[in-house]
Amino acid sequence: MHEFDLSSAIVQTVNKHAAGRKVTHITLRVGRLRQVVKDTLLFYLAIVGKDTPCEGATLEIIDVPAVLRCKTCKNEWEIEIPAFICGTCGPGAVEVATGEEFMVESIEVEDEEEAACTAPR
Amino acid sequence: MHRTKVRVVEDALDANNTIAGANASDFERSNVTVVNLMSAPGAGKTTLLERSLEGIAEEGLRVGVLEGDVQGSFDADRLSVLHIPVVQLNTDNGFGGECHLDANMVRSALPAVPLDDIDVLIVENVGNLVCPAEFRIGEDSRIMVCSVTEGEDKPLKYPLMFRACELVVINKVDLLQHLDFDVDRLEANIKQVNHDATVMRVSAKTGEGVGEFRAWLKALPARIAAQEAHDHDHDHADHDHEHHDHAEQQPATA
Repeated sequence: MHEFDLSSAIVQTVNKHAAGRKVTHITLRVGRLRQVVKDTLLFYLAIVGKDTPCEGATLEIIDVPAVLRCKTCKNEWEIEIPAFICGTCGPGAVEVATGEEFMVESIEVEDEEEAACTAPR
Repeated sequence: MHRTKVRVVEDALDANNTIAGANASDFERSNVTVVNLMSAPGAGKTTLLERSLEGIAEEGLRVGVLEGDVQGSFDADRLSVLHIPVVQLNTDNGFGGECHLDANMVRSALPAVPLDDIDVLIVENVGNLVCPAEFRIGEDSRIMVCSVTEGEDKPLKYPLMFRACELVVINKVDLLQHLDFDVDRLEANIKQVNHDATVMRVSAKTGEGVGEFRAWLKALPARIAAQEAHDHDHDHADHDHEHHDHAEQQPATA
């Protein structure tokens, strides 16, 4: 259900970096802990991106596993269920190493070949 | 035409976070501590405020409320009897209404909030257990209300929300005698996803436990100020810990 707003945030970020150029491909990096439903995100991106430089761009999502780290024993492990507890040291000193990312990693844009070396004003 | 790859590496919510930072600066300038109050719809956020803010000004804490709702001013009307500043913020933008408040919406409402006349601003977010947890608004503290009619497994289904909050108020405990609800299991599930969370058992209806919440609220500005002073002192030490890159590491399985 949060995918609509997340789509808006993606389109905003992408269009800023596209600087007026047409976007053909978007690569995202999304952590498991963000609980993003891919198909829903794709569905909304098509709607939100309509009539913007993002329209028609293909989307690639790099999944980042949910990895916890114990601050006490320094052990790291991947979780499949939401249990934020260290098997050795117990709860209390556990932090998220990866899995909370929601990044636009890169975009691919169309450049006019002649204008490619002219910096946009 | 040819295609160029542009490296971006930017949090998609950066734009929101930047505005949240501007809000936070405004709050700090006016010396206001801001609480982002979240819950599922109907958990009892407004009732908790009605009950816990009554007469709090006489005890020395000047509280204002920013009421986020999709539509209407029902909650703001209910709080008007408290004689505290209450500002209504509707999220209906003609697209059916947002399911959460974001930093920009809060920013747009700030001119109506008398920041210089209050110590604490409570922002009552739109009832929703997903989106509000993701959008910072410039708050100092995030808290949530979870009621005993919602199911013990909610922390495991919405870990994003339960992890985001430092205080979880379990509301409607007066109903426990009528329900097949294991409140200890709920608390264990909260601790499983957020061990550091403070948990309170409250009935905003009967007033049970409301005093504890009120005391927590009254102690908040001093605690946040102390925390900020501490963070400031440790800025350099913390910096060293932020540069680990785990992208290449192979995680072990528990």
